[in-house]
Amino acid sequence: MNTSANPRLTVKLIGVGGAGGNIIQQLQATDLAALPSMIADTNPRALDQWTHPVKVLLGEGRTRGLGSGGDPELGRQAAEDACAAIAEFCKDADLIFVVTGLGGGTGCGAAPVIARIAREANCLALCLATLPFEFEGARRRDQARTGLRDLRLASDAVICLPNQRMTAIFDQNTPVVDAFKLANNLLAQGVRGIWQMLTRPGLVNVDFAYLYSVVRGKNAESAFASAEAFGELRARDVVEKLIGSPLLEEGQLLTQSTDLLVSLVGGADMTIADVNKVMEQLQRRAEHSNIIMGAAIDEAFEGRLCLTVIAARQVSEPAVGIPQPRGTRPATASKTDEFETNFFEAPAPTRGSSRYVAPAPETTPEAAADFLQRQSGRPRKAGAKPKQQTLNLEIVSKGRFEKSEPTIHRGEDLDVPTYVRRGVALN
Amino acid sequence: MFSSSPIIAGLDIGTSKICAVIGELTDQGGLNIIGLGQCRSRGVRKGEIVNPSAAAEDIRNAIVEAEQTADAEVRSVYLGVTGAHMRGFNNRGFHPVPSDDREITEEDVQDAIRNAKAINLSSENRVVHLIRQHFLIDGQEGISNPVGMFGARVEVDVHVVHGNFNRLQNSIRAVRGLQLDVEDIVFSGLASALALLTNQQKEMGSLVIDLGSGSTEYVVYADGIIKHTGVLAVGGDHVSNDLAYGLKIPLGRAEQVKIDHGSALCDESCQGQTLKLSNEFGVAEKTVNLEHLRRIMSLRLEEIFELIAQELDTAGMLTYLREGIFLCGGGARIPGIERLAAQVFGLPVAIGSATCVSGLKSALNQPEFATAIGLARYGSFQARKRHSEKNSIGTHFKKTLSQMFGR
Repeated sequence: MNTSANPRLTVKLIGVGGAGGNIIQQLQATDLAALPSMIADTNPRALDQWTHPVKVLLGEGRTRGLGSGGDPELGRQAAEDACAAIAEFCKDADLIFVVTGLGGGTGCGAAPVIARIAREANCLALCLATLPFEFEGARRRDQARTGLRDLRLASDAVICLPNQRMTAIFDQNTPVVDAFKLANNLLAQGVRGIWQMLTRPGLVNVDFAYLYSVVRGKNAESAFASAEAFGELRARDVVEKLIGSPLLEEGQLLTQSTDLLVSLVGGADMTIADVNKVMEQLQRRAEHSNIIMGAAIDEAFEGRLCLTVIAARQVSEPAVGIPQPRGTRPATASKTDEFETNFFEAPAPTRGSSRYVAPAPETTPEAAADFLQRQSGRPRKAGAKPKQQTLNLEIVSKGRFEKSEPTIHRGEDLDVPTYVRRGVALN
Repeated sequence: MFSSSPIIAGLDIGTSKICAVIGELTDQGGLNIIGLGQCRSRGVRKGEIVNPSAAAEDIRNAIVEAEQTADAEVRSVYLGVTGAHMRGFNNRGFHPVPSDDREITEEDVQDAIRNAKAINLSSENRVVHLIRQHFLIDGQEGISNPVGMFGARVEVDVHVVHGNFNRLQNSIRAVRGLQLDVEDIVFSGLASALALLTNQQKEMGSLVIDLGSGSTEYVVYADGIIKHTGVLAVGGDHVSNDLAYGLKIPLGRAEQVKIDHGSALCDESCQGQTLKLSNEFGVAEKTVNLEHLRRIMSLRLEEIFELIAQELDTAGMLTYLREGIFLCGGGARIPGIERLAAQVFGLPVAIGSATCVSGLKSALNQPEFATAIGLARYGSFQARKRHSEKNSIGTHFKKTLSQMFGR
């Protein structure tokens, strides 16, 4: 299979640390195997267990044959030591995926350095990271948080997957091994989804600039999910599946998102009605976000529909070090009330003709941005409330349970009268 | 003196009515029901508060009525909680016995229980009950008190009931807002079982189904311990709603028709019969088919029982139920409900009545008060436990009680 359908874009993968290595190893079994990839870890024994051909041992002299021992500083130094090898790998790539699990020493310490090196080699660095489970303890959580911040500073974009969010998928008896495997699987799916989105020749193209504009600066809250559906009703099912995904917190993150990147891949039989249906449903869910969509055709997807979504939510603290120029989010700004935006937008750039300017300039730009965000957040929240549910073809009024939480039991809505669900005719 | 005969209040915030029961401890250690208050509930859906101000007002009315009949003042209540968010499951904790002689001490037992408590719940969930079932020593089952026995490994089975913290807080908040203390929260189904079942029935194996209007709770007792609990957020409200939808009548009318003409069974006798419904001025305005009414009802009720039977079947519980099934809650008043349940489960079914307490006869054999009475009974256990702790006598008694509830 042609690795990059878009000839101008060379994509490479780097897995950092144990989790990153596992993900890259897993991707070897898929069609992404053809992408040039590399595993970098501080632990030589872990490196040995992966059969992947390109492996770099970080900090050979420092760790004395052991791993980083959960020390990000050691991980950082180790990555600096291996700077040359990494830069060599990054040479003549356009886009580098840095895949890692935050929490340990290598993920938190080495991944930001590697992202930086990738950027220095004139690549765009896109990081995908998992955050630890809650049971992994406070130390790893704090380390992951610091690591995430470093990663944000060092790379062009970060998409993170809090593992804890996945506990919703597991039942009580899931073995721990499977839990981590599933986390890695999801991240691998994410890499795949994004790669497909960027490289497939599209009906409606999405390129890296779009991706960049969606995830940049809001990375802490970026979430992704993908879903696939078959059959007649795939256009409806695929959105339902996506919204049911715990990664989007049952669709809540969609509603709260400010920017949404949607990629739809289908076979040659994908109709405009399919695309229309999917987008219509998504727009209804995320009526306040700036939606960017891409659609692509792949013969392998005959009769299937694969939907990948990256949802970004404005976070209350703007990413440190990444300037947020005015007008980065024109779509949302224009949606806010005229008065509210003028209040802040007016004074700073052009001190208009009026002498009685509102006293806003006294605040620091950060505080003002923060306040503006909160202001624009409020109407969005209010607007998100009367969320429209998907309409069934057969409309059965649920009477007094219309507004309460539906009672779903094995996929059946028990609020609908039993005789209707069982199709008992009353004559 | 007030403190010498402490009163215990149970408060059940139901979907159709709020019920408060006041009991006092007798000298023999039993519970005597002295007061009862109830009020139509307006702020509750599916067992959970959706309109706090309306609910608070109704709770106040129910408590005031109970206070008047009992001639006592309620300061704190035992609060019943339910809702679709509540779940029960069994968990096992183990502890290796470290001492040389392998004698199991109280500390070992406590450690085993502590390990059983380490449950991986998501952050928004809280444990409501942790009920000790029985112990295992080196894999040997059925030990009720292992202290003093010998073994290398103590294991304990517990039944955990948990629920969403925020949603539990809603009802606690509503009660606290009325300047009443919440002594403890108790899963409603568990309270109903406490009210209805005698020790023998718990020993033989019984299923209690509380057919409320917003939700249906079920609890399985066998070998004297709780084996299984569950909630189904379907109840009498759904029956009314189905009728309103199917017969095309307003909800309030559907409710009344259900009470006046409803039945859990749809037999030949109602075939072809019709009912004339009149409006509030006595003018006939609509005719409904009695057969349709009963068919809609019977399908819904049958489904509720089937869902419970399915769940208990997958949990392997149906074989334990040698004593049969006990129904309570407003739904137990539906004519023919026992026969329907007996058809679905294939087990003897009876309407439960609160046999383990004395007092107001009018309250005790009414199935809809079971939860509130059970709450008061739960309170009486707690009060006695506290009492014996204070006097530091009867430690054995205390132990058996704490064993029952593991709290």
